[in-house]
Amino acid sequence: MHSSQTIVLGAGLVGMAVAYGLARQGHAVTVLDEGDQAFRASRGNFGLLWVQSKGYRMLPYAQWTRRSAALWPEFARMLAVDSGIDVQLRQPGGFQLCLSTDELEQELARLEWLRDAQQGDYPFECLEGAQLRRRLPGVGEAVVGACYSPLDGHVNPLKLLHALHVACQQWGVKVINGCHIDAIGQHSAGFELAAGRQRWRCEQLVLAAGLGNRELGAQLGETVPLGTTRGQILVSERLQPFLHFPTSTVRQTDEGTVQLGDSAESVGLDDTTSVPVMADIARRAVQSFPCLANVRLVRAWGALRVLTPDGAPIYQALSSAPGAWVVSCHSGVTLAAAHALSLARHIAEQSPASVLAPFSLQRFDPQREFNYAH
Amino acid sequence: MPTDPLFRPLSVDAATVQICFDGQLLQVPAGVSLAAALLASGVRHSRTTPVSASARAPFCMMGVCFECLVQVDGAPNCQACLTPVRAGMQVHSQRGARHADPQGDDHER
Repeated sequence: MHSSQTIVLGAGLVGMAVAYGLARQGHAVTVLDEGDQAFRASRGNFGLLWVQSKGYRMLPYAQWTRRSAALWPEFARMLAVDSGIDVQLRQPGGFQLCLSTDELEQELARLEWLRDAQQGDYPFECLEGAQLRRRLPGVGEAVVGACYSPLDGHVNPLKLLHALHVACQQWGVKVINGCHIDAIGQHSAGFELAAGRQRWRCEQLVLAAGLGNRELGAQLGETVPLGTTRGQILVSERLQPFLHFPTSTVRQTDEGTVQLGDSAESVGLDDTTSVPVMADIARRAVQSFPCLANVRLVRAWGALRVLTPDGAPIYQALSSAPGAWVVSCHSGVTLAAAHALSLARHIAEQSPASVLAPFSLQRFDPQREFNYAH
Repeated sequence: MPTDPLFRPLSVDAATVQICFDGQLLQVPAGVSLAAALLASGVRHSRTTPVSASARAPFCMMGVCFECLVQVDGAPNCQACLTPVRAGMQVHSQRGARHADPQGDDHER
């Protein structure tokens, strides 16, 4: 029997950010990770730190996202000190490139809703024609316009995951791989977990296992409504810097490679790639930046987004299982700062904070149709 | 420009072709890969890396390591180990990352 004050299930971006924050609060934390048979959203994501249009019709999510973006510089500095790793945080603002007036109008409608809901305190610009080309040189003629938000940015997501692991180690967090949780039992003093022949005991339990939260939640009698869409990503050979802002479909990394992405398919648990979708992604990227036409692609992959019915995160202290939290979200990169610096504090204090109330499980009416937000 | 070959050809009387590497004319065996030709000509470094600018040369010789990237007739980032030599080929070291627009690659730097 192993024991730990707090056990976090899931060693991806969400679990590790929470573990890091808890460890900095003085908690003894062990993270149990399923292993490489799990769907690894943290190893497949695009690396955007994206605020623009998040929280459309769900204002608390917009505010939470924005708060995380504001916490990111401090978070990146903490990670650099604790891990020695520069996660390449850049927050120059980001562009959503639109290839049709329909796309542009839809994006603008979302941003205007968000601006009105925040009494005008929501900066963005709509850029068209020569104005856009001046601000974003190299953008193609097929781009009819773009929305720019100064709040957006990007990081290197693999360096972020690595930095979290190293920083957690510095703070005494133990990470155990290859632990598939077969059963969770509740006791007066907390929880007992069974993983194969191993047994773990803890006072506090955080479910942060991506899509695995469905099965883990069910073991505690909770329905965690998660669905998924597949995103495919293409990566180019390294190029001299040519793109100094992230866009939602094309971004150049600190090491020169260019990532192309933003597809969304409902294909269940299939995280493979498909040629038609990759061709679409490449076509759109070349329309957006014609200079990419002769650039070689060196890698491609598919990954599954972790999506709640309204696209916003779930942060739930379970009343049926005191001491257990469910943490589920799609934007593990954008929200990492809020998870480490804010959410972890609330979990450590076991205090149901009003800032987290809008993200409870109760908001989901089981009759409501799933409408997977982007 | 080193002239001390790293490798000896198995046959010395095979046909040769002339290529140009970073401004130097090289007489190389016909029908071999460009990477083999460069190594046989004593070339020690054929690219610098984009991240640390350290010097590199062909390594795996089978298309997987991407250490042998060179510019061939104006096309950047070509794998020399997968490119057969051709008479008159103009080859330049690949210095760091290529430009998105190949016109931006300046061979004379």
